[in-house]
This record gives sequence, structure tokens and C-alpha cells, in this order.
Amino acid sequence: MSHRTDRGAAGSLRRSDARAGLTLISPTLVIVVFMVVLPILWTVLLAFQPLSLLTLAANGLFGTDFTLDNFETVVTEPGFVGSLVTTLVYSVLGTASAIAVGLLAALAVRRTFRGRTFVRAAMLLPYVAPVVAATFVWRTMLDPQFGIINHWGTRLLGWDEPIAFLTQRSSEVSLLGLGFSVPTALLSVIAFEAWRSFPFAFLFLMARLQAVPATLEEAARVDGATPSQRFRYVLLPQLLPTIAVLSILRFIWTFNSFDDIYLLTGGGAGTEVVSVRVFNYLTARGDIGLASAQALVLAAILAVLVGVYLRRFAPQEEKT
Amino acid sequence: MATEVRQRPAQESREAPPARRWTRDEVENRVFGVLRWVVIAGFLLVTLFPFYYMGLLSVRALDEVIQDPGALWVPPSEVRLGTYTSVLSSQESGGQGFLVFMRNSALVAFGTVALTLLVALPGAYAVSRLEFFGRRHISALFLAVYLFPSILLAVPLFVFFTRIGLRGSLVGLLIVYVSQIVAVSIYMLRNYFDTIPESLEESAALDGCSRLGIMRRISLPLAMPAIVANGLFVFMIAWNEFLFALLFLVEDREKWTVSLGLSQLAGSIEIPTTVLMAGSVILTVPIIVIFFASERLLTEGLTAGAEKG
Repeated sequence: MSHRTDRGAAGSLRRSDARAGLTLISPTLVIVVFMVVLPILWTVLLAFQPLSLLTLAANGLFGTDFTLDNFETVVTEPGFVGSLVTTLVYSVLGTASAIAVGLLAALAVRRTFRGRTFVRAAMLLPYVAPVVAATFVWRTMLDPQFGIINHWGTRLLGWDEPIAFLTQRSSEVSLLGLGFSVPTALLSVIAFEAWRSFPFAFLFLMARLQAVPATLEEAARVDGATPSQRFRYVLLPQLLPTIAVLSILRFIWTFNSFDDIYLLTGGGAGTEVVSVRVFNYLTARGDIGLASAQALVLAAILAVLVGVYLRRFAPQEEKT
Repeated sequence: MATEVRQRPAQESREAPPARRWTRDEVENRVFGVLRWVVIAGFLLVTLFPFYYMGLLSVRALDEVIQDPGALWVPPSEVRLGTYTSVLSSQESGGQGFLVFMRNSALVAFGTVALTLLVALPGAYAVSRLEFFGRRHISALFLAVYLFPSILLAVPLFVFFTRIGLRGSLVGLLIVYVSQIVAVSIYMLRNYFDTIPESLEESAALDGCSRLGIMRRISLPLAMPAIVANGLFVFMIAWNEFLFALLFLVEDREKWTVSLGLSQLAGSIEIPTTVLMAGSVILTVPIIVIFFASERLLTEGLTAGAEKG
């Protein structure tokens, strides 16, 4: 367009556009740089200092004595590696189950029926409801003394005794004569995570399902493909790119999540993920240096995992 | 079309001999046809029941809950609304002071909406329309913020706000919220600006409108649906937020938001669960109302462009 109009006028318009653009974006830039970018960089500095909330006032904002002690403590101290494993198990299983449940929901409400709009909105509720209210009601429902789940579980499902879903580290389950030890509390928070975040996967998978051309499935039907075959060979390949994106997003968010576990178990009974651990170091112990170091290690591990995933799966996505 | 209709019966009669067995296709159709309704019913139960249970407990008397924890229904004569007055009234008059928490939450949430839109609208317009240095990378950069654990950000912000004495103030919290939300806000608004045809703006420019005039007279009115949806989205995030409220405001009960108040009181033994359930209802209802009123607007705003895969 520009080469057709007068060169000088177009040039000055472009220059004024550039100036206007920078002016309009600058408030955002300022707020993101000062409230996000600089604090993250500052955490790096904090992680190399022996710093606590008590000594904070005495130190300058940037400190002087840098050491690797914090990282050494992080790696050698008992508990960190364990909580990292917990974080991994929690995020892998939480992500997988949220996406599987979301896919099931999207397939179930795919065809129109009366009340579909309501069903769809109801399925999004767990995701939009305040996390504090949702965890509180789940904690009450799962309560061993007067929780409704244990009440009906012991009466209808023949449980021998109430299950302390959120406070018991592990319980023995016998299946086909074999005894298993099951991490009760960890599985409970994973189930909660699936309940709370399946709507996100549901929403995006449904949007993608609606965009699958009807002719594609019709053709498969005419060729004699049964519903399950049509899902396996027609729909699933169409959904895979969306599932790949959802997996990475949900994994990142679950890996970083703090609220759900803190509110459900407080990090007890074998559910202490790294975020909760960092929070406890920061507030209960006031150890800024150690808290920063652990948060940084968490972020670094996440970056590596995401990098590996992208490297492995990115080329496939481009093809589709 | 016509030939297809004529061919069908012939095909079926050929495939199905007189003593017919069910084909796999028929079996699957029937099974999935039934299964689908079972699944939908199951989902409705699992997603709605916790909220129903929340409402139910909030109007039952505590001793009855302890006597009969499994009740799924409360007769209208036994509905007790005293829990709500108890949770709302101030601490001096023996309540839990949720009215103050609601005021705080509303202040922070409305403030966050106003400030976020004020910052994000010009930003989104610029990213969508104006050619400037770094335009292409800037939204990716902003969104990268979301890949960092919020606990990583919590540490320096906690330290920094402690140091400058803004920790414990609603204003400090508000600024943190804006910085957390502005990137997603810009992303959603930009998607919408992109769908407004540029020719509209060009014709306004030909009529002698300045850039600012175009923004105010053409682009903003056209983007109103997206702006409203975005405002509601921001409101919901700010109203629900927990971690930063906990870090910043926990020491002063007068400053608690509803989320923080409920989470702090939930551990206490003295306060009946039914009263706290009334608190959860108060926390949840505004969100559910907003959500049902704007569900279509919100979901379309969020998944715009997702169909492309």
C-alpha cells in the first residue's frame, strides 16, 4: 500500500504510527517490567545471598556477599527431592486426568440436545468457582467425621471405616487378594485437580470438535466405520494438536500451582509440592535466600521439561 | 441425492440376511447412545453437587448436620438463615465480619478491572494496529510471564513490598493483580481488534479523523462486547485470587478479602462449619451470577482462534 501513496507522507505516517504505538504500549511495558521482569531477576540475586526477613532491613536492596550456600542446602537437605517427585507425580497425573475427563465431557455433549447450553455452563463451574470456596466444600465433603462422602461410603459402598482422604499419607487396599499401598492424600488432591481443571480442556476440545468438518465423519460413516472407529481414526487425529497444546499448558500450570494443595492439605500427608514448600520457607521460616533458591530450581526444572517436550513434539504440530 | 436414497434400502437388505445378527455398528450406536446420557448425568452430578451441598449446609443447623450428615434435602421449615447474618455481621457484634471482607474484595476487584482496562486497551490497540519496533514479539513476551511459577514472583514481591512498607495495603495488591492479568487481557482484546475491518478506520482517517479520534469514535465502540467480556474476566480473576492476598494482607483482619477470610477462618474450631458454608456461598454467588450472565461472551473470547487448532 505504501509504495502507491506519496513516499514522504507514508513515511511520516509510519513514523507517527511507530511513536503512537510505543506510547500506547508503554504503560503495559512499565508495569510488566517493574512488577514481573525485574522481580524475577532480583530473585536470582536473592538466591545467592544468606538472607532472612529479619536481616533484610540491614542489607541493601541488592546485598553484597554472594554465596552458593543456598543451592547446596536445597540439594542436600532432606525433603526437597521428595517434594520435587511429588510435584512431578501430581502434575503428570493431574494433567492427564484433567484432559481425559475433559475429552469425555466434550464427546458427550457434542451433539445438540435440549438443555445443552445449561449442561455446558454447569460443566464449566468448577473452573470458574473461587478456589477457596471449592476446596472448603471438598474438605467438608471428604471429612471423616461428618463428611457426606464417608457417610454414604460406609453405608452404601461397604467401606469398613471412614477414609481420611486428605490427612492420611497412605492406606492399604486389597484387590484380588493382593495388598497395595495407595497414597491416599496425593490421589485425593489429584482427583480434585481433575475435577477443577477438566473444564478448561473441555472448553477447548469442544471448540475444536465443532470445527471438524461434518463431511469427514460422514465419509467415514458411509465407508462403514463404527462410532468407536470414527473416533479413533477420524476425530482423534483432528484433536491431537489441541491435546498437545492443552497438555503443555495444563502441565505448566499444575506444576506451578500452589492454591489447591495449600488449601486442601496444607502440604501435609505426602502432598508437599515445591510451591507450598517455598511458601513455608518464606513465611514460616522467613528464609528469603532458601525460598528464592528453591523457587528458581523449580522454574529451571520446568523450563527444561517444557524445552524437551517442545523439541520432541513441535515438528509434528507444524505438519498438521 | 436422489440416487443415494434409492440405493440405501438395497444395500441394507443385502447386508442384513433374514435371520439377522446385530452388526458392530448397531451395537456401538446403541451402547454409546445410552452411555452418553449416563455420562452427561454423571458430569452434572459431579460438577453441581458440591455447590448444592454448599448451599444446603449453609441453611442447616449445625447439630442436625452432626446428627445426620447424609441428608440430601432440608425441609423448608428447618431452613435456618441465621448463618448468613452471623457470617456477615461485624466481629464486635459476634459475627465474622464478612461484610468488611466483601467491601475489600469489591474494592480490589473493581480497581483491578478499571486499571487493567485502562492499561490494556491502548496496549491491545497498539499491538493490533500500529507498526512499531518489537510489535511482533511483545505479546509473546508478555505471555511468557505465565510460564513462571507465581510462587517465584511471590518471593521478591513479598520482600520488596515489605521493604517499602506497601505490604498490607490494598493498593499494593491491586498493582500486583494488574501486572499479573494485563498480558492475558491484551491478548484477548487484541484478538478482537484484529477482527474489526481496518477499512472502517481508514475511511474515518480519510474524513480527517486523527488516530486518537479513530480509537475513541470507531474502535472502542465496536470493541465494546470484547471490553465487557474482558472486564468480567478480570473481575473474576481478581475476586477469586488467593496467593497474593494471603502473602500481602494476612496480618490485618480489617484488610482481608473474602477468599482470604474464608481460608483463614476455615481452620478454626470455634466457628461452625455451617456459618463458614454461608461464607462460601457469599464468595461463590457473585462469580456464578456473572458467569451465567456472560458465559457465551466469555467462552468465545477465550477460545477465539482455538478452532484453528
